[in-house]
Amino acid sequence: MDVDPDDVFRDEEDDPENDLYQERQSSKELVVFLVDASPKMFSITCPGEDEENTSHFHVAVSSVTQSIKVQIINRPYDEIAICFFNTKEKKNLQDLNGVYVFNVPEREQLDNLTARFIKEFDRVEESFSKVIGSEFGIVPGSRDNSLYNALWVAQALLRKGSAKTADKRILLLTNEDDPFGNIKGVTKLDMARTTLQRAKDAQDLGISIELLPLSGPNEEFNVSTFYADLIGLEGDELAQFMPLAGERFEDLNKQLRKRMFKKRRVRRIIFTVAGGLSIELNTYALIRPTVPGTITWLDSVTNLPLKSERSFICADTGSIIQEPPKRFQTYKNEDIKFTIEELSEIKKVSTGSLRLLGFKPLSCLKDYHNLKPSTFVFPSDEEVIGSTCIFIALHRSMIRLKRFAVAFFGSSSRPQLVGLVAQEEVTDGGGQIEPPGMHMIYLPYSDDIRPIEELHSDTSGMMPLANAEQIEKATALVKRVDLRDFSVCQFANPALQSHYAVVQALALDEDEMPEIHDETLPDEEGMSRPGIAKAMEEFKICVYGENYDEEEEKAGNAKGAKKRKTEEAAVSKAAYYDWSKLADDGKLKDLTVQELKSYLTANKLTVAGKKEVLITRILTHLGK
Amino acid sequence: MDVWSAKFGGGKGKGRNIFWLLWYDSNLRLRIFFPEKMARNKEALILLIDVGPSMHSVLPEIQKVCSLLIQKKLVFNKYDEVGVVVFGTKDTDNDLMKEVGGYEHVTVLQPIKVVDGDLVDVTQQLPQGTHPGDFMDAIVVGMDMLIKKYQDTIKGKKRICLITNAMYPIKDPYEGTKEDQVYTIAEQMAAHGMKIDCIIYRGDQNPVPHNTTIEENDMLLSIFSKKTKAKAVHVESSTSLLGALRTRNLAPVTTFRGDLELSPTCKIKVWVYKKTSEEKFPTLKKYSDKAPSTDKFATHEIKLDYEYKSVQDPSKVVPPEQRIKGYRYGPQVIPISSAEFEAAKFKPEKGVKLLGFTSASNIMRHYYMKDVNIIIADPGNKKAILAVSALARAMKEMDKVGILRCVWRQGQANVVIGVLTPNVSDKDNIADSFYFNVLPFAEDVREFEFPSFSNLPKSLQPNKEQQEAADKLVMMMDLAPAGKEEALRPEFTPNPVLERFYHHLELKSKNPDAAVPPLDSTLKRITEPDHEVVSQKKLVIDEFCRNFELKENPKLKKSVRRLLRDQKSGSFEGQVGKIENKSMDIVGSTSAVKVGTIGELTAVQDFEAMISRRDSPEWVSKAIFGMKNKVLDLVENSYEGDNYPKALECLVALRKGCVIEQEPKQFNNFLQHLYRFCEEKDLKSFCEFLASKDVTFITKTEAEDSDIADKDARSLFVKAET
Repeated sequence: MDVDPDDVFRDEEDDPENDLYQERQSSKELVVFLVDASPKMFSITCPGEDEENTSHFHVAVSSVTQSIKVQIINRPYDEIAICFFNTKEKKNLQDLNGVYVFNVPEREQLDNLTARFIKEFDRVEESFSKVIGSEFGIVPGSRDNSLYNALWVAQALLRKGSAKTADKRILLLTNEDDPFGNIKGVTKLDMARTTLQRAKDAQDLGISIELLPLSGPNEEFNVSTFYADLIGLEGDELAQFMPLAGERFEDLNKQLRKRMFKKRRVRRIIFTVAGGLSIELNTYALIRPTVPGTITWLDSVTNLPLKSERSFICADTGSIIQEPPKRFQTYKNEDIKFTIEELSEIKKVSTGSLRLLGFKPLSCLKDYHNLKPSTFVFPSDEEVIGSTCIFIALHRSMIRLKRFAVAFFGSSSRPQLVGLVAQEEVTDGGGQIEPPGMHMIYLPYSDDIRPIEELHSDTSGMMPLANAEQIEKATALVKRVDLRDFSVCQFANPALQSHYAVVQALALDEDEMPEIHDETLPDEEGMSRPGIAKAMEEFKICVYGENYDEEEEKAGNAKGAKKRKTEEAAVSKAAYYDWSKLADDGKLKDLTVQELKSYLTANKLTVAGKKEVLITRILTHLGK
Repeated sequence: MDVWSAKFGGGKGKGRNIFWLLWYDSNLRLRIFFPEKMARNKEALILLIDVGPSMHSVLPEIQKVCSLLIQKKLVFNKYDEVGVVVFGTKDTDNDLMKEVGGYEHVTVLQPIKVVDGDLVDVTQQLPQGTHPGDFMDAIVVGMDMLIKKYQDTIKGKKRICLITNAMYPIKDPYEGTKEDQVYTIAEQMAAHGMKIDCIIYRGDQNPVPHNTTIEENDMLLSIFSKKTKAKAVHVESSTSLLGALRTRNLAPVTTFRGDLELSPTCKIKVWVYKKTSEEKFPTLKKYSDKAPSTDKFATHEIKLDYEYKSVQDPSKVVPPEQRIKGYRYGPQVIPISSAEFEAAKFKPEKGVKLLGFTSASNIMRHYYMKDVNIIIADPGNKKAILAVSALARAMKEMDKVGILRCVWRQGQANVVIGVLTPNVSDKDNIADSFYFNVLPFAEDVREFEFPSFSNLPKSLQPNKEQQEAADKLVMMMDLAPAGKEEALRPEFTPNPVLERFYHHLELKSKNPDAAVPPLDSTLKRITEPDHEVVSQKKLVIDEFCRNFELKENPKLKKSVRRLLRDQKSGSFEGQVGKIENKSMDIVGSTSAVKVGTIGELTAVQDFEAMISRRDSPEWVSKAIFGMKNKVLDLVENSYEGDNYPKALECLVALRKGCVIEQEPKQFNNFLQHLYRFCEEKDLKSFCEFLASKDVTFITKTEAEDSDIADKDARSLFVKAET
């Protein structure tokens, strides 16, 4: 069989193509934002961020802006449309009154987000009254029903794509809880009925309709007046709807920029348990460092994408050659050649599956037995029925007996020993926090572990050891500085968030570079609370003694004194030569490195580098 | 040189004379020897190997690990110097015996020299000794060699590595007690800046003759750990013996030196190192054979050249400096210059800050993200050592861990959040320290949901008997039984791939065509369950297997490529093949609506249908794979050539398919394979049949990826004819 030369050397963990593949796989979401633009949205205000009152319309528009700014990073393949209803102007394919689909050129109405779309939507309020205009769409005496029209337009937009491959949603933002309040009699009933029917039709087509209500300061949005029927709320849901709606608004505004991945197994593996019994497992990458998206190289003149072409050049003859079939290692002054096949055979120390070797108590798994992120394994009966049953039995035994499995994983990139740690399911409020299954932990080999502890072992045999009092003070300190609610991965990565923010700012021509709040900094205020400060101080005095800071300073001074001394020595030594003359005669190279350094030290220049570098530095300093 | 015998003559006899060591020390300034200078960072190592009768069983492993050590030095530290001393030999050959007498049965196999191929050979051909070795004699001989060669230069770079089982009593000293003498030796060792690593091998089957001797020896060897930079490890299996000797010496480098800030006012001076770091498979260079064979100075290296071309216009080459990085924003790519990024990018301040403490149970093990750091107190700062010690012990006692925010270097573009766990030392010459593991950020965790085990249907859940069988298996397949060495401890487990690579490298240096060596039994114990254990625990394993039933999913349409039961008969590959064939026949004969396999009667049609299926790109390779097997089957099961026409039909169809799908290599390699296969299996008649029917390689004209020129299309048969 052919062996792909790249395959032998590829590390499956950081395969960039793999990443792309994952992105393409994400299931798409098609979303239509329906934003009420009636005069009521402009007239009712609520306290904004800076305590000043802002209109509901502004709140709605800025929430949508925030949301799409996050969406373009998290799920760039989603398709979005924004449409206003209760507008003066109309713009929609059906030419219905009171509905205006916002869009920019070169973009379909429901399409991927683009920088231009976001940028222009961000400024939609400036020209709103001029271009789109606000007008009640449901007035007595007219059969026009803007809400009905809006739902119709949204549904038509969402006709694109099949319900199987995409989630379709309509998000309705309004502050009017009774859209047909000023209509009377049969007309009102009729309008309400047709509108509800339209909503139901949409829902039957697999479109979900969500409501984001805005409440005025004195006027709570009453969802039961009309919308409960429209979105299909009943019983408890109804009671909980309003409080939850507030949270959802928050969510829109404060979403984390985080690329979303669809659940996808990395690969299917065979786990050979014992006595020839092999079960089927799927592996998943639940934890992997997220890196800023892939870089595409562009031509800086045209901003058009570039592709790189690699060519192999023979260092001896300079000729361009094909990818060579052999590799070599210089050994005993000889070039020892290996073919790609030989190298892959060397690496093939087992059959590629996962082989159980035995079990150990969890205490044998040390904190330093780690090399890279773990991989999650979950059983599958897809091909081999009975796998799940065996897996669950082992899983339960391992948890009960507090043991982990040691297995050999014969992957092609790095065959190695792994520990399989059983993890019980952890749930919280209905959500799954830790899925049940096993985590595969990649164990180091002996040569991967460094004996650092022994590096500074004390040959006099007496290493300082904390006494009971010192440990007691430390205990008090640990108790004080307790992060009770700490959960792994509660922090956003400030470098990544700042990267996304920079890309966004440049893409949207934003004037200011956004400030990124670094959540990872310690809570200095909390640390300076008297209780903690006292515990710190007591610990410090107990281990360091009273005057540690001053001693430290003295030690620092002593170092400084030493430095000063060498400087003085250098000055006197440097004075021995006529540097300018030496430079002119080209004789600097005849001096030793030590002598050259004396000049550099005396003149407070860096002393690092090779001799030539030192000479150049001296010449530069002399102005030659 | 007669200085020794002049001063200490008459040292012959039973005791060990070490006065010279002291004498030498007090006369350091006499400079009677001329120490050799070595390049910086180079190590001088003496291997002291016990070859006495009780060690014979593990000599192969010792040879392996020692030659691996030399080999790695040849690749990575080729200026290091090594000497080899064996003890327990029948004869005696060392300077001290000549100079002061005594030191019998210690043979210097190889005086210290720069590593070379001969040294590898020396370590691979250790003699088998006849006497119980005296390791203390050997240590003194080793020290003597190092002192004479380097005197007090290269401090800290002199190492002695002792491999022994330390089962036999050592000689009494000339004067004083054994203990006193070992103290003196250890002090001298420390004074000369020598390190000693002792690997004490005690196979678990070995009878233990004199328990008191072993205790005494262990006590004596432990003196070294107290007085010098020494490490003593005990190993019980040959596999851990292979892993016990560090074969690659890397100078440790700190990642960070500075303050561990508990708060802005309370800091501890610390150093940070890597505790684990993966030793990678060596990066081999690409080999170019273009240089004429007469060119002795040819490097055979290959340079890589990258050119950047416009995607729209591939003829336009853009110089590297004209490139700009682009980042995706939705469907667009936003160009951002490095200057713009530099100006706006996140620039954290260097520092290691404590965020707080939390319960150890709060941090699950699988969240550890990377290789591990170790944080030690500044070794020169006694108070920092105390502070770390107090904190580590308090944390351990309370089962707490710390959460740190680290920026190791100024200018580093990101911060690291991680967990600080205590590492309390149990030796009084080693300080307490912390391990540090990186934890994920919110963006790094993918929240996939999985079904709860308890919600799965009853049929997928183990019953009581099954659960009991699993419990027994987990208990009995115990790798860390009480009172015995923990098997496969990462600390003592060598990397089988690297062992095999260096082994092959050495073989190839002697014979360039040497085949890849098989994995030997010692290394197999890392990749496969230990046969001995498996047979001991056979009852438990059999019971486990009896309790569970596995079967192939009948709903599965596509051919099953996996083995269900790796039955004791038949190899891995063989098994796969069998299942493949079986399912192929079944499905093939009932010919499903969509053809997914190659059947018996309609092989060509099935193949054509499969290869043209477009619902998955896999079909092409599946079709080709299936057809290859079909052809091989037909040829192999042919009786007096009755299947040949059918096989030819299939082969022609395969060739056509490979041309259409532009997979020339698949066909060409297969044709070659088939040819060889027929030659080996005495089916030459089929080769002739093929030649007569003119089945040729796919040429470059037919498919771009082919390596075969038109004129070579028939090369296979031409060769056969000559």
